[in-house]
Amino acid sequence: MPDLYFGAVDEATDAEKAAVDEAIADWGPVTIRVSERLVHGGRARMRERRHLLLPALHALQRAAGWISPGGLDHACRVLEVPPAEAYGVATFYHLFTHEPPAADDTVHVCDDIACRLVGAVDLIDDLRTGGHHVKASPCLGQCERAPAVMVQRRGRPDLTVTATDGGTVGVTEVAVVIDSGVSTPSVTVPQTGDPGLRLLARVGVVDPTSLEDYRASGGYRALEASVALGGDRVIAEVTASGLSGRGGAAFPTGIKWRGVADQEGRPRHLVCNADESEPGTFKDRVVMEGDPFSLVEAMTVAGLAIGAEQGWLYIRGEYPVAIQRLSGAISAARDAGLLGDDVAGSGQRFDISLRSGAGAYICGEETALFNSIEGFRGEPRNKPPFPTTHGLFGEPTAINNVETLVNVLSIVLTGSAAYAAEGTERSPGTKLFCLSGRVNRPGTYEVEFGATLGDMIDLAGGLLDGSRLRVVLLGGAAGSFVGPDSLDLPLTLEATREAGVSLGSGVIMVFDESDDMVDTVRRIAEFFRDESCGQCVPCRVGTVRQEEVLVRLGRGAALDDERDLLDDLAAVMKDASICGLGQTASGAVRSALDMGLLADIAEGNGGGGQ
Amino acid sequence: MEVENVDAVVMWGTNARNTHPIYFHHVLKGIDNGARSWAIDPRRTATARFTDTWLGLNVGTDIGLANGVAREIISAGLTDDEFISNATTGYGEFVAFVEPWTLEHTAEVTGVSAEAIRDLAHGYATAPTAQICWTLGITEHHTGVDNVLSLCNLALLTGHVGRWGSGLVPLRGQNNVQGGGDMGALPNKLSGFQDVEDDEIRAKFEAAWDCEILPTNGWNLTQMFEAMERDELKAVYIIGENPADSEADVKHARAMLERLDVMVVQDVFMTRTARMADVVLPAALGWAESDGTVTNSERRVQRMRAAVPPPGQARQEIGIINDLAALMGDDAWGNPTAEEFWEELRTVSPMHGGMSWERLEAEGGLQWPCPTEDHPGSPFLHGRLWERPVQGRRAPFSCVEDRPPLDVLTEEFPLRLTTVRALDSYNTGVQTSGYSSPIRSGEALEVSVADAADLGVVAGERVLVSSRRGAIEMTIGIDLELAVGLCHTTFHFPELADVNQITSDAVDPKSGTAEFKAAAIRIDRLDHDDRAELDEKVGAGA
Amino acid sequence: MNDTPVAVPTTLVEITLDGEAVRVPKGSTILDACRREGIDTPTLCWAENLTPVNVCRVCVVEVEGSRVLVPSCSRPVEDGMVIATDSERVRTSRRMVYELLASSVEMDRADREVHEWMEHYGARPERMGKRSEIATVAQPVKVQDDLYVRDYERCILCYKCVEACGDDAQQTFAIATAGRGFDAHISTEHDVTLPDSACVYCGNCIGVCPTGALSFRTEHDMRLAGTWDEDIQEVTTTVCSFCGVGCNLELHTQDDRIVKVTSPSDHSVTHGHLCIKGRFGWQQHAHS
Repeated sequence: MPDLYFGAVDEATDAEKAAVDEAIADWGPVTIRVSERLVHGGRARMRERRHLLLPALHALQRAAGWISPGGLDHACRVLEVPPAEAYGVATFYHLFTHEPPAADDTVHVCDDIACRLVGAVDLIDDLRTGGHHVKASPCLGQCERAPAVMVQRRGRPDLTVTATDGGTVGVTEVAVVIDSGVSTPSVTVPQTGDPGLRLLARVGVVDPTSLEDYRASGGYRALEASVALGGDRVIAEVTASGLSGRGGAAFPTGIKWRGVADQEGRPRHLVCNADESEPGTFKDRVVMEGDPFSLVEAMTVAGLAIGAEQGWLYIRGEYPVAIQRLSGAISAARDAGLLGDDVAGSGQRFDISLRSGAGAYICGEETALFNSIEGFRGEPRNKPPFPTTHGLFGEPTAINNVETLVNVLSIVLTGSAAYAAEGTERSPGTKLFCLSGRVNRPGTYEVEFGATLGDMIDLAGGLLDGSRLRVVLLGGAAGSFVGPDSLDLPLTLEATREAGVSLGSGVIMVFDESDDMVDTVRRIAEFFRDESCGQCVPCRVGTVRQEEVLVRLGRGAALDDERDLLDDLAAVMKDASICGLGQTASGAVRSALDMGLLADIAEGNGGGGQ
Repeated sequence: MEVENVDAVVMWGTNARNTHPIYFHHVLKGIDNGARSWAIDPRRTATARFTDTWLGLNVGTDIGLANGVAREIISAGLTDDEFISNATTGYGEFVAFVEPWTLEHTAEVTGVSAEAIRDLAHGYATAPTAQICWTLGITEHHTGVDNVLSLCNLALLTGHVGRWGSGLVPLRGQNNVQGGGDMGALPNKLSGFQDVEDDEIRAKFEAAWDCEILPTNGWNLTQMFEAMERDELKAVYIIGENPADSEADVKHARAMLERLDVMVVQDVFMTRTARMADVVLPAALGWAESDGTVTNSERRVQRMRAAVPPPGQARQEIGIINDLAALMGDDAWGNPTAEEFWEELRTVSPMHGGMSWERLEAEGGLQWPCPTEDHPGSPFLHGRLWERPVQGRRAPFSCVEDRPPLDVLTEEFPLRLTTVRALDSYNTGVQTSGYSSPIRSGEALEVSVADAADLGVVAGERVLVSSRRGAIEMTIGIDLELAVGLCHTTFHFPELADVNQITSDAVDPKSGTAEFKAAAIRIDRLDHDDRAELDEKVGAGA
Repeated sequence: MNDTPVAVPTTLVEITLDGEAVRVPKGSTILDACRREGIDTPTLCWAENLTPVNVCRVCVVEVEGSRVLVPSCSRPVEDGMVIATDSERVRTSRRMVYELLASSVEMDRADREVHEWMEHYGARPERMGKRSEIATVAQPVKVQDDLYVRDYERCILCYKCVEACGDDAQQTFAIATAGRGFDAHISTEHDVTLPDSACVYCGNCIGVCPTGALSFRTEHDMRLAGTWDEDIQEVTTTVCSFCGVGCNLELHTQDDRIVKVTSPSDHSVTHGHLCIKGRFGWQQHAHS
């Protein structure tokens, strides 16, 4: 901003300056001093470059291990972002730190619902005792191989440490990964080789780093087909297929695309929401790590169809392996002419920018995600207007999640009729489910819509020996608990809607009689308190008060005294919050209350709370 | 405001971000709404930083730049020919006149690159609507009036005048400098900008006021000082002005004031001028202790109201003037209120005719001309130039020469000093030096990095600053973005640095305004003893 | 060619407001419609001179067909909209917003109508728990210069100050929201003191603060001395004496002394915003 003011802080180090300058190199700084008498700059150029703030912050955090005041000021100088605003943005994200780092490596240990079932809390203690700089983290999206750890490193790529088959994660495993500098290898999916797989067919089968192998296994045929079809027919096929959004809201994808394509004459964007952060969710990660080219191809098909020249892939910062794979895939596609000024001979321009988040669940909300890309705090916008007309940079935008997009490939290849032949009439196609908790074979499963909850648990090998099913968390932290009486519930959009539950992001987290539901429910409340952006009152204060009630209940407060308050909190959060986070923050708690899980708490059955 | 919806805005010789902050809010809205923007100023000011392009011209070469822009507009065929042929005069002569101002020649004179001049010319001319805003960077030159005329030429070439969104916008420096003119506080005008030398007009006023009005123009301020020097002017009555601090070449001005037989000063504060006076008439503050009207830059007449009683013997100025009139033997005035004064004005000033006191109260301000009570007021002027045929006089092009500042740079005085203003202070500080501003940093002579190195001076060092008029001590500041050879300072703190002792005494004969923006100075380090003492202080403070 | 903007003829849309069919201008918000029809609606983060941010959620209404309540301050009316402003859901949410705020923030200096609304909806913030046992924003007051006082214990995070400092008026961006969730707060960069920040002391943030979190030092000092008395203050509108823009000033006077300066938010020159000279230059007068 033009009357930028910089107070007295230590100057950025050369390494910090170099990191920022490299991060914005493709665009250059706002102010161009042509000569002593001629300077170009001003607000228009500043606005055009504001989206470089998040990459610049990442560069600083990586280079120095924190966002130092001098480093932040340097980024503000070149991007002409007012320091107070940049500070507001930097402090929004939990992966950015604002104190000099205690160590080169920060070990983020997931202590969220799935991981705490398998000793995450003890792992945190052990690692601290072992001298590591440890932070407890919300769900890291590795629930099928819990407990999960992400190591954020100064000057080097981040790492992921997870359990491998039959093993667990302890101080030793973390040390081995840090020493080797190589993340725990990606897992395959339990169904590998199953001919029914559509979205997961290549995962664990085809080398995810090789464009050649991808093409050899049928890759990029959908793009060829869609170039031949033309955008309008691709959209018509997607519409006819009945594909709906897999992010939770289940909006018809073809209609969304049509809306954006119709905004002719305005720059349009395609955004892939890969900010998979719903506790218990890890399916998109599996696709991105195991078959990154499919996502790049699907984004390209979508981008061409809606007439977007720019695609944005926003992925959560806690997925270092997926980030690396996708970056590689994008580069390879660009080198092969599959991205760029003339995509695959279509005459159309389309390219993809990868942007990583920095530790904020809320950025999975589509409008918060836009703000995050644009270099603002990841605070959701009020809707309407909707992204179709006013999305990224205020321009028409189609935003789809990873699973939704990769579905498009088979629709284009086999036709909408063949696609819709699978699944049910109102829920056509296949669906990815994330099985975790007390099942024998946790993992990502792909099934035709129509399988029941019980089918899914069976597919995952049933409950662990000696376990008796108590409840299932369906749809994630923003979903709800269901009991054994729901095992026959078909997991389709229509059946779940009728039952008053949500498929959400496809989470099926299984709890048995031994699990501390007090602690689980309180952790869910804590999650929402921590992840609320703080913008609107119902969510900012409501999530705090909700957690306080659960802590009080855990300490023996009488449920009857708190019930009205819980009801009112649920009402105001659900009805008056700006976005889905606040609107769903009471869902799981309410369902736990309805199922009597909280009565147990009050009776001291649980004893949770920390 | 219009400027929120323009397609192009040129901030020429104005640092409105600091001097007119609330107007600049509206400019910023315009820029945010997509207006292209340029700042033309020897310094890259706070204002310039908000614009797309800053053109750092040599001090005092505004006419050259305007002529170059004009020639480029003409030679690129970007003129509004319909407007020119129907609403202007002198175009042919003007075309010939600016012909030598090629991009290359203009670049050489102004120091701004040809490409930037071309961009400005094309951007301004092709924008559907465009405004040029200016303040003292245009008028405080010995060619001040010509500077304005050269900008008018650009508006006439392109038809960027007399239409909603397009126009020429001089931002007024004082809350009622426009209103003073409205009321006739000009040597050649009666109320409502009616010519003193027009017999018919004078007769109208004489009938209304029942008195005789001298048929010749009076003196402007500069001419008054010249008359003092000739001992033709021996008595002055100064209302709300502090010439003993604010005049350029202030030493000379003070000497002139001292020659007077009688000086009466009516002011709110005991200014330096007031301290020199024979009689001081303590006045109420205009904006907080008086009733009346003021007229802003947009010609908007607004009500001013007394909120608190004046302290001590201070009185509202209309009361003081009433009593003086009575003492001078005219007791026909009675004791009129502000409203009665205003209602009388309406009867003699047609442009104010429709602005009843009641309307001013109810509508919160009206822009003149507003001839009748059913007239909504005029958000912009010169709309008549778009009527066909044009009503009244056509607008003339002006062939104005680029004439560099009169205080020339020489080996003895090699640096160009220009005076500027800070956000939190006002003019000579009379009205602002006493509140506790957390952003006030005092007075410094800001020099470029290269000049500081050449001179061997550092920030915080006291130096001797001399011009052809005098010499004062000042503290050095270093402006990282300043062009070589240029220096600047505010003049808000005469007690700290009596800057107007060294400013230029050159004056624009047409406006009487002094060339504050261009003095030639030299900077000398103080002798080594002082230097050692300073180093000690700097060291101790660090 | 003489294209003075001509008032576009207003298109009306028909909506149902609390059961009454009414016609309101297209483009107006539900809040506009409510006010036109005389339906009192509480607001906290809304101001006529700022872009609605719809964060406080106290103005929510029920719109038929909408799954959740909608903020009336920012939602434009649409033809055929059926709106309920006093349904049980609306009353519950409004009451809860007040209860949530008042349980975490010191509201004693909030505008009088805030307290009237709280009473109207029967807000009982004390049921959230004892102040000492629940999260609040209690913190020491920041007095860092002679002009401003920042008392964030009174901050409801309505974003008005950020908007006035930034995009909606001053464009200085000296303050922004930092942190996240309940820890979100208004801050300078690195939380430096105000004199060390980009602040230019226009006072426009204070001008829009609805809860007394931001105040003029004069008011703060008079409150400390026990002499601040809004009941005996008078407000006179006049014109600023610095520069020729013609900003209207509202001089707040108590016992024939100016105690603070504001500007009318409906004035086309200032929209309620001033610069440091207009806002504080009067202190020259007070000191002379």
